[in-house]
Amino acid sequence: MLGRLTPGACAQVTMVVNQQQNRNMATLKAISMRLKSVKNIQKITQSMKMVSAAKYTRAERELRAARPYGEGSVMFYEKAEVAPPEDEPKELYVAITSDRGLCGAVHTGVSKVIRNRLSEPGAENIKVICVGDKSRAILQRLYGKHIISVANEIGRRPPTFLDAAKLANAILTSGYDFGSGKIIYNKFKSVVSYSQANLPLYSQKAVESAPKLAIYDSLDSDVLQSYMEFSLASMVFYAMKEGACSEQSSRMTAMDNASKNAGEMIEKLTLTFNRTRQAVITRELIEIISGAAALE
Amino acid sequence: MALAFRNMLRTAARRIQVRNYADASSADEMALTFAAGNKVFYDKKVVKQIDVPSFSGSFGILPKHVPTLAVLRPGVVTVIENDGKQTKIFVSSGTITVNDDSSVQVLAEEAHPVESLDRSAAQEALSKAQSELNSAANEKAKAEAAIAVEVAEEIVKAASA
Repeated sequence: MLGRLTPGACAQVTMVVNQQQNRNMATLKAISMRLKSVKNIQKITQSMKMVSAAKYTRAERELRAARPYGEGSVMFYEKAEVAPPEDEPKELYVAITSDRGLCGAVHTGVSKVIRNRLSEPGAENIKVICVGDKSRAILQRLYGKHIISVANEIGRRPPTFLDAAKLANAILTSGYDFGSGKIIYNKFKSVVSYSQANLPLYSQKAVESAPKLAIYDSLDSDVLQSYMEFSLASMVFYAMKEGACSEQSSRMTAMDNASKNAGEMIEKLTLTFNRTRQAVITRELIEIISGAAALE
Repeated sequence: MALAFRNMLRTAARRIQVRNYADASSADEMALTFAAGNKVFYDKKVVKQIDVPSFSGSFGILPKHVPTLAVLRPGVVTVIENDGKQTKIFVSSGTITVNDDSSVQVLAEEAHPVESLDRSAAQEALSKAQSELNSAANEKAKAEAAIAVEVAEEIVKAASA
């Protein structure tokens, strides 16, 4: 009987202690520890901001050089009025993200576009190639069977044409016979703004059946194939540059906000800390004074 | 009253004239976009003539060229600007697009002005590529080395010219 009761009593005792601790939660020690940790977090976010600011300046400079490049490679598809073939429903989506987080909604934005498309009817003909671990992490759980390949080690260094060429090669040799597709990426507008955009992908068949292709002179399928392979690589390159720039700028903003929030927390905690310290001093004074008064 | 009417007529006439002029000039102007992975050389700039090396033979592009697609081969692209200034740029590979509105896109994987090529370094790269070609084990390595040799040969040629 007693043995059975004891654990219950024990539990009650610890609860009382907990309650007492809760009431005295705001001890000086606890507050100063918390204050210190928030200060450390602020230091980290601040230095992350500095790093991404430096990376952003570089990415922005490189993006300015890559813009005409990307526009030039898409121009042909617009001018030739290439349209996705109607008898080939297979589509390929390429999500351009990176491995690194802590950068606002950059990766979620891209994944959301694809997720929305995949939740619509006709999704069974869509396959996805994830560039960067973040888009894979978001899409894998619900749409794992749509993902055909994943590229990682993206985002540590600025993207190069070699990376893009490797990716283009992977897309072409994936063994998936798509009729059309889209490269989904973040288009950089300014430091505070980016939006999801897409570049078109077409199969060679789609290009060959384009209505205005006939006006282009001296084409054979070899030239067209090499041309399309190269233009795929340059489009991927451009999309990666845009994505990298948006990511860095967004990380800069996110870390700036985090530092500001940490600053606010530090202010509040310092106030509580000082108040508590004052309360402790006052209490001790009262104790001393009343003790002295009792002795008189 | 008559004066005001005449004024109005004149401004209208001028507007029509201006528009005509703009229309006429855009048809025989050639807007060139010449970009590489490392640099942009021309961004929608109007030029007189462009000579490009392609796998289907080297050719020159003048305004109103027939729309075409071509694949660049390693070699020197010569751009003649409107004031007659010639710019020679070495390209490794890439694409050329001539659209029906006379806009031209030259996209190269890598491009550098011929002046900045170093002949001795190019010679070195050529001999290295040649030895790689001789020691290449499989088909793929052989093809890659053959491309490296071709590019190096063209660089040497461009640098010594």
